[in-house]
Amino acid sequence: MTITENKPTNIIGTRLLRREDPPLLTGEAKFTNDLDIPGALHLSVLRSPYAHAKIKSINVAAALKIAGVVAIYTGKDLQTSWAAPMPCAWPVTTDMKNPAHYPLAIDKVCYVGDGVAAVLATNETASRDALDAIDVQYEPLKVVVDLEDSLSDKNIIHTELGTNKSYTWPLLVEETPGCVEDAFKKAKYKVKERYVQQRLIPMAMEPRAIAAVPQPFGGDITLYSSTQIPHILKVMTALTLGIAEHQVRVIAPSVGGGFGSKLDVYAEELLCMALARKHNAPVRWVEERSENTQATIQGRGQIQHVELAADENGKITAVRVRIIGDMGAYLQLVTPGVPILGAFLYAGVYDIPKAYDFSCTSVFTNLTPTDAYRGAGRPEATYAIEMAIEALARAMKIDSFELRKRNYIKKEQFPYTAFSGLTYDSGDHLLAAEKAAKMTDLAGVRAQQKKQNVPGATKLLGVGMSSYFEMCGLAPSRVLASLNYSAGGWEAATVRVLPTNKVQVITGTSPHGQGHETSWAMIAAEKLGVAPEDVDVLHSDTAISALGLDTYGSRSLPVGGVAIALACDKVIEKAKLIAAHQLECSADDLQFVNGTFAVKGSPDRALPLAAIAFGAFTAHNLPDGCEPNLEAQVSYDPPNFSWPFGTHMCVVEVDTETGAVKILKYIAVDDCGNQINPLIVEGQVHGGVVQGIAQALFEEAVYDSDGNLKTSTLAEYLVPAACDVPPITTGHTITPSPTNQLGVKGIGEAGTIGAAPTVMTAIIDALSSLGVTTMAMPASPQTVWKTINEATRGGKK
Amino acid sequence: MKVSITVNGKKQDGDVEPRTLLVHYIRESLGLTGTNVGCDTSSCGACTIHLDGEAVKSCTMLAVQADGSNVTTIEGLAKDGVMHPMQTAFMENHGLQCGYCTPGMVMAAIGLLNENPKPTEEQVRLGLEGNLCRCTGYHNIVKSVLAAASAK
Repeated sequence: MTITENKPTNIIGTRLLRREDPPLLTGEAKFTNDLDIPGALHLSVLRSPYAHAKIKSINVAAALKIAGVVAIYTGKDLQTSWAAPMPCAWPVTTDMKNPAHYPLAIDKVCYVGDGVAAVLATNETASRDALDAIDVQYEPLKVVVDLEDSLSDKNIIHTELGTNKSYTWPLLVEETPGCVEDAFKKAKYKVKERYVQQRLIPMAMEPRAIAAVPQPFGGDITLYSSTQIPHILKVMTALTLGIAEHQVRVIAPSVGGGFGSKLDVYAEELLCMALARKHNAPVRWVEERSENTQATIQGRGQIQHVELAADENGKITAVRVRIIGDMGAYLQLVTPGVPILGAFLYAGVYDIPKAYDFSCTSVFTNLTPTDAYRGAGRPEATYAIEMAIEALARAMKIDSFELRKRNYIKKEQFPYTAFSGLTYDSGDHLLAAEKAAKMTDLAGVRAQQKKQNVPGATKLLGVGMSSYFEMCGLAPSRVLASLNYSAGGWEAATVRVLPTNKVQVITGTSPHGQGHETSWAMIAAEKLGVAPEDVDVLHSDTAISALGLDTYGSRSLPVGGVAIALACDKVIEKAKLIAAHQLECSADDLQFVNGTFAVKGSPDRALPLAAIAFGAFTAHNLPDGCEPNLEAQVSYDPPNFSWPFGTHMCVVEVDTETGAVKILKYIAVDDCGNQINPLIVEGQVHGGVVQGIAQALFEEAVYDSDGNLKTSTLAEYLVPAACDVPPITTGHTITPSPTNQLGVKGIGEAGTIGAAPTVMTAIIDALSSLGVTTMAMPASPQTVWKTINEATRGGKK
Repeated sequence: MKVSITVNGKKQDGDVEPRTLLVHYIRESLGLTGTNVGCDTSSCGACTIHLDGEAVKSCTMLAVQADGSNVTTIEGLAKDGVMHPMQTAFMENHGLQCGYCTPGMVMAAIGLLNENPKPTEEQVRLGLEGNLCRCTGYHNIVKSVLAAASAK
């Protein structure tokens, strides 16, 4: 597949070093809390120590006496400051229950960390000191932390709703009515599995930080926020505060990671803006880590029931899925949509008939709200189908890789219309899997395993794998409409060639570590025939990039990057008309190669883009009706999701005496279509894989029965360090996406999607001779040891 | 309380509340915001600096405890517009993504090589145990440190 109609200049596909790095490496980069904002008041938020309680009284008298404290507000004080409750943009069903959620709780708190009062002070120390001096009387209520308990409605959290159930979202696809049930009746093999997706804390290394700066006489307000979504934030804060949208400017300075946790509209953003307007002064807030673990969204939180039916050859004939989703105490921006994003992926990469029965019921709990965390619904789905495939292989007593091979969608079946009606545009699962097997030396490892895993051995070898599809590049707007999502999925780009032939690219994506400045410059440089260093990439400021839908869901390249390529095409088209005019030829006779328009067959009659750019600026000699300046804007709505895929494998050694799991080898073969910058692609895979490994082995937001988070700091919540994880060997296959001109698919979440099932299947494989068939995540030494004990001694669960 | 600390080669005299952490003094009083804060339990290492040549987490000590010391922060590494070899190694090996842990990681890595100029991969991984990164999976950080070591 060619990148453009013209000869590429070979910038795309090179390992260009990142332009983002020098400021980040030298301390020059400014994160939100690094900004110097004279006269700013500091906000601190008093948070509930109870998971569920009525607020009986709040006494702020003593706190107000602390030097530097300017004002203290309760939820009641600010009740009239909000034009609407905090937004949830994804009402997945028409009857979805969504409790009103305000930046500060008004008469009761619903999770530990729920905001109760806001302190403004002239300095951060005073605002934090004041928190200790506020006296709140609570009347504790019964706490709901367990999903199945919540579903029973024994204790209802939001009494006005009459139930803890937010929604039930079904997806039943049957070739003929009742065919799912029939398939299960006729199945030669059936498996019925239950998996728990533990809650995870996204833990971006930069805690959230915010500064709202008003212009007291102009009515305008600028919000600086460590956010992934400046554009969405602009609309949503304007609506929630009842401010005219054009009076709000949102800037995301350097942002220290997001992973979905900064894809939200948060109470503190609204508080800073409302209080800045009230006090006609800048208001800033920075999150402490132990606050972040409670007040920033968490991820996952699902119970999954998965059933597969298969014929005598192991060919899957039906899939049935029942999910309970943990929404937490309230619905944040896209909370209810997260399990739904996975709904289409419970058949994984397998060719199944139209016999698919999915339903998700989501419930409220007295815990921190959940929302999108790297992969958002798709890692959960992939985990479930890949673990269930392993269970099916055990039931059939065949090798799970062999079972996968029997079920993979074959290369020649693409484009493949799935049971759901979605089209998988391209893929070659067998190729990726065989490459992974080769890189793993699967045969060699199996031979070693035979030697090593003998009766009485205490260090057992296991091999695991998972094959995945990632539905990403969010998203075709019409599909989002069918899922009741409140916005579109397009992305905007402007490309401008300045008079001196330097190029400005303005993107609606909003990077926070992904290297967009480098990659987007490469795309424009390739298309326009200029050097990447001559391309400036502007982003993350709504006054500069007015249109955009920001960065999440592995969408930035397949939607935003493609928009840039299309805008370059429009620029070239316009430049070609100017060139034809000046060269006195037909535009059809021109070709654009390496930044120069030349008459086909007469290469001496040529004009470089630089000359045309300057000519477009002076506008002295333009064709009739041609506007001055060389720029173009594009809003691109993708025709389909993009479908990266791949297979990951790993080799583990499990110590049966201590329960310790050591990953000896981790192989990731990912296919994200054409790669703009392989250096950055590999980096995304490494980081994603380690977050998946972290779910498998280390991380869990642990709550006690009163709803207290027991892992509220980085001392207790085990984000892995360098010594806890293995080197990652990356490989790739390249199956270009046929739905966009760059042939790209997105890579931000793939690693996370592939990794957790890969590690967990390896652990179970290692322990299979001991009768272990299941293992809870995280597979901590304690969990592994207990599971071995239960299996070998028939001990109780 | 009066403190006098030499920061990046320049003597700085200041007056601080006794409870002021060194990291807050560096960021807020001296305006050197390259040193980041990522946690409140001295777990993440984002605030790692050099104190008299040794890598320390600047959130684990009070500003007054650094009185009379020599401090180097991430801003003090580049000389005459040229990055320190460790900074260059991180860039060349894509050892950073969002860059928030990076200043601390670079300071810790330099400290590591000061103690052990030719570490093995495992020694690098163990040596950076006190510095957390959420983006890179550490793969390219380890590669960066090994590259810096072999370039020495």
